Amino acid sequence: MKIHLNLKEKAVSISVIVSLLVVFYSCSNSSSTENTSTSGTTESSASSTSASNTEAAPADPMTDKGIGPITSSIEIAALDNALADKGKGIFEAKCSACHKIEKRVVGPALGGVTKRRTPEWVMNMILNPNEMTANDPIAKDLLANYAAQMANQNLTQDEARAVLEFFRSNDK
Amino acid sequence: MKQGLYLSFLDQMTNKFLTNLNLYFMNVSYFCKRFSQEMLLAIVLTTLLFSGCKNGGKGSSSPMAMSDDAASKVYVAPGKYDDYYMFTSGGFSGQVGVYGLPSGRLLKVLPVFSQNPENGYGYSEETKPMLMTSHGFVPWGDAHHPSLSKTDGNADGRWLFINENNTPRIARLDLKTFTTSDIIEIPNSSGNHPSPFCTENTEYVIAGTRFSVPAPNKDVPISSYKENFKGMISLVKVDQGNGHMSLACQIITPPFDYDKNHAGKGVSRDWTFFTCYNSEQAHTMLEANASQNDKDFIMAVNWRKAEEYLKAGKAKEMNTPYYHNYMNESTQSAVSEVLKSEMVLDPKDCPGMLYYMPCPKSPHGVDVSPTGEYICASGKLASLIPVYSFDKMQKAIEAKAFDGEIDGIPVLKYDAVIAGEVQKPGLGPLHTEFDDKGYAYTSMFISSEIVKWKLGTWEIVDRIPTYYAIGHLMVPGGDSKNPYGKYVVALNKITKDRYLPTGPELTQAAQLIDISGDKMKMLLDFPTIGEPHYAQAIAADMLTKNNVKYYKIEDNHHPYVCKSEKDTRVERKGNEVHIYMTCIRSHFAPDNIEGVKVGDVVYFHITNLEQDWDVPHGFAVEGNNNSELLIMPGETRTLKWEPKDIGIIPFYCTDFCSALHQEMQGYIRVSDKNANTPIKFSLNEDDSQK
Repeated sequence: MKIHLNLKEKAVSISVIVSLLVVFYSCSNSSSTENTSTSGTTESSASSTSASNTEAAPADPMTDKGIGPITSSIEIAALDNALADKGKGIFEAKCSACHKIEKRVVGPALGGVTKRRTPEWVMNMILNPNEMTANDPIAKDLLANYAAQMANQNLTQDEARAVLEFFRSNDK
Repeated sequence: MKQGLYLSFLDQMTNKFLTNLNLYFMNVSYFCKRFSQEMLLAIVLTTLLFSGCKNGGKGSSSPMAMSDDAASKVYVAPGKYDDYYMFTSGGFSGQVGVYGLPSGRLLKVLPVFSQNPENGYGYSEETKPMLMTSHGFVPWGDAHHPSLSKTDGNADGRWLFINENNTPRIARLDLKTFTTSDIIEIPNSSGNHPSPFCTENTEYVIAGTRFSVPAPNKDVPISSYKENFKGMISLVKVDQGNGHMSLACQIITPPFDYDKNHAGKGVSRDWTFFTCYNSEQAHTMLEANASQNDKDFIMAVNWRKAEEYLKAGKAKEMNTPYYHNYMNESTQSAVSEVLKSEMVLDPKDCPGMLYYMPCPKSPHGVDVSPTGEYICASGKLASLIPVYSFDKMQKAIEAKAFDGEIDGIPVLKYDAVIAGEVQKPGLGPLHTEFDDKGYAYTSMFISSEIVKWKLGTWEIVDRIPTYYAIGHLMVPGGDSKNPYGKYVVALNKITKDRYLPTGPELTQAAQLIDISGDKMKMLLDFPTIGEPHYAQAIAADMLTKNNVKYYKIEDNHHPYVCKSEKDTRVERKGNEVHIYMTCIRSHFAPDNIEGVKVGDVVYFHITNLEQDWDVPHGFAVEGNNNSELLIMPGETRTLKWEPKDIGIIPFYCTDFCSALHQEMQGYIRVSDKNANTPIKFSLNEDDSQK
């Protein structure tokens, strides 16, 4: 009789588990959260860093266009000095607290950046740093090396393009 | 009958089943217990999870129809949003609490009338002027009634107004940034309690005086109350562009205690209504002496008429100085202006502007139904709730159905204006809110309950106990033309045993009650900050769509802003030292400063160069007789420091901003007042020496 009783209990327990599993399954298929994670916390840095360690194939920096609003190719023509000047002003106001051209400070030195990265990657890194450091293999490695989340300074695409031109003027 | 038969059949079957079971199992009762427990667990968990799934869409927290349990109705899954913002007054904290409904989660405390060392409000040089009054700097206030700005009688999400009771003031908060933008002092007024309820299109916020005083104030015997003391109503105009408040005019009234007000809407849009007690005009032991008369009054004020009389030059100038403090958005700094005079109307010169309506026994709340037709008053000591008809009031005025007058203000006949009475509602009626289905909800302080009754028939249809001693109550949109009618929140005065005890002092208890069905259902208890008096709620998307995430550095025109690290510097002007500093993850520039001396007055002007959401930096200086600063992205804030001793003083960021937050620090060298240490400042000296 004791055995019967236990079996009954088990049957009930299994029904509980099954019903939970069904619900969990349906939940896991629901949409992922829309809330973007805030940047720069230890938690997000830590998780990104550990994820980057498990990354397999290294990306080619001269083909990787990064992740973000710049999806089509950026036309690179002769250097536009006026645009580069505008970019210099933006760089000094919004970027220079962490980046110098010749020297690593908080972030990498940016001399030669246009020789190391695609124009699209540079602009996506400026415009979308949180997603880049979370999902782009090169940006993930940078975060692991520098331990500082690149700040999103909310530049417009035009402003990011101007900053790119400023980098080109340094690298010519 | 059919149902009964069916049930008894079921009963029989169940009994048979159980009897059969008994043949197999000796321990039937044990089995049943286990079975029911597990099934219950399964049902509850399944319900919770289903509702979690249902809440997948942002901002939707409506529970599954299958479930009737309270938990699922207030559950907002992690990362999901509440349906409503609720703003509660902080009462004696002087601030405003922001909660999410239905979860009851505290989202933020907004500093308004009290200094807030947590972010430097009222301590930083930019915000200190907000707390200036004709009495000097007042570091604290008693905030009572939040009032959302309205367009066509509905909350529009632009601003939140709130009164200060102790040193009469009204504040306006900008709901794009959730910060205090404007504070105006109310002259010739004391105990700014019936305040600040806004008119149908926020033309005015209206204030009154609870403690009558001489106007202008003067040195007289208190016993000369009847002769020298006056009540005062204030019409505070709101600029529809920038929201700035200005005192349009005041109306002098008999020296009663004006307790609450609510503006009319719809048919009564040109009017505002005040309760008053102490028609006895007592000045001592009001507890007994102001409870003598069977009836006090509702005072109806035609503010349109007041506007006309003001325009027609009927107002006389009074010269009581008062302050108006406002944030200049461009310089991010508060400005204080002192105004020297105000225009005052006397009802004797302004027929048709004010009327009294008799109201039983020391009325407290006065609330206007969604159409504007019914005006409900609550006599604290009355055994009924009188409801006045705006239509009958207009007819009574036309027919001059007066019962005498007081200081030139006609008293309308009670029978001529009353629409109905809610009989035996309970004990101690205080406030009424409305739903979208023609019902009213009145809080009963003494009998500690909410009573639901029907407009028009005045019959009581439901009641629910509250824990304990409810003061105000709030239906989201419940004082507007279109109440949402889903919940009522009870704002209770006494907490006692509702939460884990925290010593003699307990937080105030709020309770969320479902009013979507015929019967009110208690859903949730949650603690609040300070003492919430009134509250207001608005659909979340009305505010989220305009929410400011950071201040654009291009728009920062603070006189001490640094828009780039290369502009940072230290300047001496006599014994004042101005440090122009920036911060970004994760350093200050400069972070090594020398040349400061004992006896100097040092101002740190710090600009946060970040341009992203939720990246404030903090700033604190060891031993500073001042608060810290929290500086929002794109903002400049100034902290004053007067070093008293020589030595090396560290400063650091207090808001964990990045992985290298702990490295966000710096040093200041303080030299003797006679030393000749030169001003010197640097960051990472090797390559950024200026």
